[in-house]
Amino acid sequence: MSRGATTTAKPAWLTRLSAVPPRKLAVRVLIGLVLAFVAVYVGYKAADDPRTFVVVGLNGLTLAGLYFVVASGFTLIFGLMRVVNMAHGSLYMLAGFFALSLQKKLTGGEATSAFGTSEAGLGDWIIPLVVACLGVGLIGLVMQQAFLRWNQGQELRQALITIAISIIIADQVLANFGGVAENLAAPDAFPESVSLRLYDISYPFFRIFVLLVAIAVGLALWAMIKRTRFGMIVRAGVDDRQMVSALGINIQLVFASAFLIGAFLAGLGGVLGGTMISVNKGNDTTYLLFSLIVVIIGGMGSLAGAAIGALALGLVDAFGDVYLPAGYTNYSVLLIFALLVLVLAVRPLGLFGRPA
Amino acid sequence: MTRSTHVVERALWWAPGMAIVVVLAAAPLLFTDFYLSAVLTKALWLGVAAVSLTFLAGYVGMVSLGQVALYGIAGFTMANLVTADGGSAIAWNPWLGTLAGILVCTGAGLLFGAIASRSYGIYFLMITLAFGVIVYLFFAQVTQLSGFGGVNNVDRPDIVSNPVSDPANLFYIALGTAAAVYVLLRYLGRTPFGLALQGVRDDPSRMRALGFNVPLLRMLAFGLGALVAALAGILSVWWNTRISPGSIDLPRTLDVLIIAVIGGLYRLEGAWVGAIVFTVLDNWTRGIDIVGGRFNTVIGVVFLAIVLLSPGGLMGIWQSITDFVGRRLAGTGPSPPEAERAHPS
Repeated sequence: MSRGATTTAKPAWLTRLSAVPPRKLAVRVLIGLVLAFVAVYVGYKAADDPRTFVVVGLNGLTLAGLYFVVASGFTLIFGLMRVVNMAHGSLYMLAGFFALSLQKKLTGGEATSAFGTSEAGLGDWIIPLVVACLGVGLIGLVMQQAFLRWNQGQELRQALITIAISIIIADQVLANFGGVAENLAAPDAFPESVSLRLYDISYPFFRIFVLLVAIAVGLALWAMIKRTRFGMIVRAGVDDRQMVSALGINIQLVFASAFLIGAFLAGLGGVLGGTMISVNKGNDTTYLLFSLIVVIIGGMGSLAGAAIGALALGLVDAFGDVYLPAGYTNYSVLLIFALLVLVLAVRPLGLFGRPA
Repeated sequence: MTRSTHVVERALWWAPGMAIVVVLAAAPLLFTDFYLSAVLTKALWLGVAAVSLTFLAGYVGMVSLGQVALYGIAGFTMANLVTADGGSAIAWNPWLGTLAGILVCTGAGLLFGAIASRSYGIYFLMITLAFGVIVYLFFAQVTQLSGFGGVNNVDRPDIVSNPVSDPANLFYIALGTAAAVYVLLRYLGRTPFGLALQGVRDDPSRMRALGFNVPLLRMLAFGLGALVAALAGILSVWWNTRISPGSIDLPRTLDVLIIAVIGGLYRLEGAWVGAIVFTVLDNWTRGIDIVGGRFNTVIGVVFLAIVLLSPGGLMGIWQSITDFVGRRLAGTGPSPPEAERAHPS
């Protein structure tokens, strides 16, 4: 008997809803309530002080941009090769230190002031950027060729190998660069801040710049994956590696390029983050964590997922620090945990994740 | 013929094992106080932490990077409840604090397990790592409970005595805990629960088809791992007399992973073998000029070599040696039990 024939025909949404098992339904209702509460709370706070809301929102967006640049490299490598590169944060950190020491050499030492006026010319920032990104990309490539290539398909072993490399890098960074947090100087050609013509906010230009770079990186990766022959092979490789190599495509070359690009993006993130926030010996842990969270939320190997995950993490990070009730702001890291729990409770593979 | 092979191979496992037990029982007489405390006691509690990972990895197929965070939860809970400098210093009886630490940690383990139990393999590894780092950041930020300075001069039960001037007591406590944990986990592997866990490790979907509640089993296993990790956390606080966020940061998490992998993820004994190698190397490299005291670089290279050359760790190497010697002594041909012992029993 068709559903329409019954006299008390349920509306479509109710039928769909009653098909969901009660336990899952309870979880979803609970999550809906939590999200509604957060929305109301943030809305109330925003109406109370719109200026703070805009500034904090921008902080979140620009942080999200940085997280996206770093995590997109991580997710690219995982999506194609199923390699969880635990040294991704180390590559990020290494790029920051490379760029910092090169910039010091170029400017003759003391151009790296934290928030004061920058004395670094455009070249004093761009040359370290390019050198550090390429250097880190090369290190990633060597890592893949020397250690990972021969263990294709052994996910855990590859993860352990990259962990070993990250330990060695962390110790060598500490030995060679010391443990003091420093900043890369932004080029003096950049304005210090821009006026937003909104509540008289003047916002740091470099943070906006990072957001723009992130959008450009996202578009470029999207275009590369959707529009080029290389991207076609990458997409095919994500779905079925063996079939692609059976078609006569040199998949090893594609793997090597993807690893180079992924490491390059970690390096780019490292230089941007080193200028926007700081170059610090603890960066490897922090940015490995951020990359992990972004891809766990978004789903491993998905570019769109990385964007959503970065956005969620950046906004929660920024608003958590400011909007939690006074006295509780140092619990803000629990919000990130809650975010992770919310997503995993509904989708164990992340929002855009697919089974391997 | 195969029978005598079996006997020889068993002897090659039992003889060193018994020798180690005898040496450990008499250790306070054989070693200096410094060595006893800084190497042996430390290796024992690090081994307990590592065996919680070895158990999860070897029996359930869950490679967790959250074990150090869990032992930190136990340690911080206890340190906050008893008399101490820093933290909330509520001045409970030390034994009560210890019990509370173990219970809170096991509860946290069940909670993490409930969240992560539907993720497998490398996803599970990443999720537990994220948990681990979040716990670290939590204790680093929350000044009411710790802050960066940590909790110092944590009160201990009288029986623990002073771990520096009188290290024998704590050594025997750690030895007893390690032995109890080892026996418990060995025994558990043979119970229906342990067998179900090994079934989940080998083929979760088939176990689900057989009517087992796979996520529940994995959650319970993770809770059990947390209980073992909690014991290590308590011992570490007694040994250090303090705990700080630095005791549970990512390098410490990786130390425990390194120990478990160097020892071998497929045998429980491997955890303590890895721990003793780790602590001896740690002590030894501090005095060697040629590596400039860069212990982490040395251990990183050793770890890399083990991962690349012997996935079974040192216990895997020993296994190959005993198999080889056993075959040589008893004639030719591979011994039949070899295939069975590839998995932990």
